[in-house]
Amino acid sequence: MSGALLEMRDVTKVYPNGVMANYKVRFSLREGEIHAIVGENGAGKSTLMKMMFGMEEPSEGEILLRGEKVKLASPQDAIDRGIGMVHQHFMLVPSFTVAENMVLGMEPKKGLGIHFAEAVRMTEEMSRKYNLAVDPKAKVENLTVGMKQKVEILKALLRGAKILILDEPTAVLTPQETEELFRELRLLKDQGHTIVFISHKLKEVKAICDRITIMRAGRSEDAFRTADVTEQEISRLMVGRDVVLKYDKEKREAGETILAVRGFSLAGSAGSRLLSDVGFTVRAGEIVGIAGVEGNGQTPLVEALTGSLAGTAVGGSVTVKGADILRADIRAIRKHGVSYIPEDRMRQGAAGEASIADNLISTQYASGKLGGGMFMNGGKIERLAASLIEAFDVRCSGPKQPIGMLSGGNMQKVVVARECSTEPDLLIAEQPTRGVDIGAAQFIHRKLIELRDRGCAILLVSADLNEILELSDKLLVLYEGRVTAYFEEPSAVGEEELGLYMLGINRQDPEQIGRAVHR
Amino acid sequence: MDSLWSVIWSTDFAFSILRVTTPILFAALGALISNRAGIINIGLEGIMLVAALTGVVTSAYTHSAWVGLLCAVLSGVMIAGILAFFTLQFKTHIILGGIAINMFASGGTVFFLYLLSGDKGASSSLQSKVLPNVDIPLLKDVPVLGPILSGHNVLTYASIAAVFAVYYMMKRTPLGLRIRSVGENPHAAQSVGVSVVRTQYTALLLSGLLAGLGGAYMSMGYLSLFTRDMTAGRGWIAIAAESMGRSTTVGTTLTSFLFGAANALANALTVLKIPSELIATFPYAATVIGLLVYAIGESRKRKKAAVKPNEG
Repeated sequence: MSGALLEMRDVTKVYPNGVMANYKVRFSLREGEIHAIVGENGAGKSTLMKMMFGMEEPSEGEILLRGEKVKLASPQDAIDRGIGMVHQHFMLVPSFTVAENMVLGMEPKKGLGIHFAEAVRMTEEMSRKYNLAVDPKAKVENLTVGMKQKVEILKALLRGAKILILDEPTAVLTPQETEELFRELRLLKDQGHTIVFISHKLKEVKAICDRITIMRAGRSEDAFRTADVTEQEISRLMVGRDVVLKYDKEKREAGETILAVRGFSLAGSAGSRLLSDVGFTVRAGEIVGIAGVEGNGQTPLVEALTGSLAGTAVGGSVTVKGADILRADIRAIRKHGVSYIPEDRMRQGAAGEASIADNLISTQYASGKLGGGMFMNGGKIERLAASLIEAFDVRCSGPKQPIGMLSGGNMQKVVVARECSTEPDLLIAEQPTRGVDIGAAQFIHRKLIELRDRGCAILLVSADLNEILELSDKLLVLYEGRVTAYFEEPSAVGEEELGLYMLGINRQDPEQIGRAVHR
Repeated sequence: MDSLWSVIWSTDFAFSILRVTTPILFAALGALISNRAGIINIGLEGIMLVAALTGVVTSAYTHSAWVGLLCAVLSGVMIAGILAFFTLQFKTHIILGGIAINMFASGGTVFFLYLLSGDKGASSSLQSKVLPNVDIPLLKDVPVLGPILSGHNVLTYASIAAVFAVYYMMKRTPLGLRIRSVGENPHAAQSVGVSVVRTQYTALLLSGLLAGLGGAYMSMGYLSLFTRDMTAGRGWIAIAAESMGRSTTVGTTLTSFLFGAANALANALTVLKIPSELIATFPYAATVIGLLVYAIGESRKRKKAAVKPNEG
């Protein structure tokens, strides 16, 4: 076991907004291997990769390259040290030719101008050497996704990359293109390159990688030899719970149906299917959880429920208390008693520069309760804000403080307070505790349970298994836009079992899934 | 009506198109470079105005038109540098920065004009120099073409040369490639080590240089003195020309000439019995109509692209 080519020792990354993305992560890359980093979204894969490529600097810990401590302050530092990266969103200029993209920033010169013939020759040479067929004179905007990826790989190789980081390279490829990519990667490996392969598709990881590092909740497990672990074991390590939260939740009979989604299918642009035949109901006084690896239809579903429908509904219905809400605007939907805690509190959930009080009243200022006519009743607003700040234990200097100055947890408490304060009939909570410290998360969980006990129907969408298994009365799993499982007793479901459904390895029969729809 | 045709179908009119287009063309090329770098320089109007005054004042004090030209161009670069410093370093919004430059230029030039010449309207009391006109040997004796193309101010020829220089720079040089990459996908540029801020700095300084040349031409070629607000919206027309020319060198040049022709027409029509106030609106009306036509074309193209299959 010779020394590692690249090693990350106890690397911790805390972002300025207080989110701890990586905690004492250890990662060791051997020369000439294909090494997978797997984990769910939010597990810290991309942060780890950004630190490897100099896009972020670690808050603590060190990075060693060939046994030597290095500081990667920018992508240029990483490139200079032979680390290349193929981003998930390609870093290409669409109107440029392949050759122009290849040489950007290191253009061969003839006199004052660029030596275009030389650029084409360099591209052809690299293309032949690594058996990655591209047309140097084609415009990038006319290339297929698979071709663009080849250009990206060649670009990194042209800049002398010996270590190649691929961020979810197969997410955008067809199965045939994926096969081709794997052949190319094996060839690169044979030529002495080392590859870091980031993915959450376990079949692919098993097919191509030598070793595998599993990330979960910002921490890393030791690396395994891929041959030594089964897909099931990997999935258990990926989604397993570490701290078990327990809440005293009394059993309740569910009441009447509030939200009903029936046979709902949604088409995106270019005819892609975002959701296929999704059906479930949420009744008064119950929490229905939707689990799944991110990007399996949760976002379009929530958008459809909250009046931001993207794409075309091609079948089915979405009703709240019997009223169709698919084509209703946001205010109309809220009038039906629907509240929404959005996933992204910075962009959607709060207005960062506005005060806590202004944020708190933003869903009800138009109702007339806070003063009618031209002016708002400042005293009423202040009293409302002060009582909510107290009830939700928001740590702040007062209702007038800009919300953007609060920590993530306290900001989220304000959002939750606002959405709960209108006594909704239906609450849609999307990743309500993401990036929030444990204390605040538990507080928010208790508030959600309180709301449920008061008879509110809650739809909880979360990638956090811990949260979803503990809070949900009923549980659905989404995979590739379809419901693949429905559980009536989520607390009795093992994480491992759930993981198999989330990763599309197992799927229940339609009859079982159909039970999610109540009258 | 006959007299109108006789005005338009004359070599004088064709000559005047070139003469009138020069400042618009300079500024439009400046707008092109900065816009392609993704940072639209709306301070062009102000930069031209400052350069126009600087040229007049320095040429008067040094008794040299060339020193005046140099100082005018440097002042253009300097103002663009100030704009770049505030927008790129301190992240002032480029629109606010540009407005500040324009307002400063409009008031500041009058202030300095008054300070130096004691006149708030024009610099007629300053003995400023004028850049020479150039007769092109051989060409000047060719009928029709000679009177149109020969005998222009040296900066008019420079503006034509600038078209070729900008074309070559944008298409064939590393700087041009970087400017275009920064404007189109700054992340891509950054990921290969191209500094976005430095490239935008360069682009803004170059746009200041070109606008400076345009300003110098206004007061040392087109006219032989500085008058308050003499650029009269040419910087804005240039931005419109660049936009309508779809940010290409060829397109921008053609639309600059189109607007120049509208301007020349307005000048020519003053000999007819049409109210001069109405005529004065002509170049601006042409700009609005031009932009409208362009916008309609663009939205049609977008609609076409939207129904094209297999596009994300």
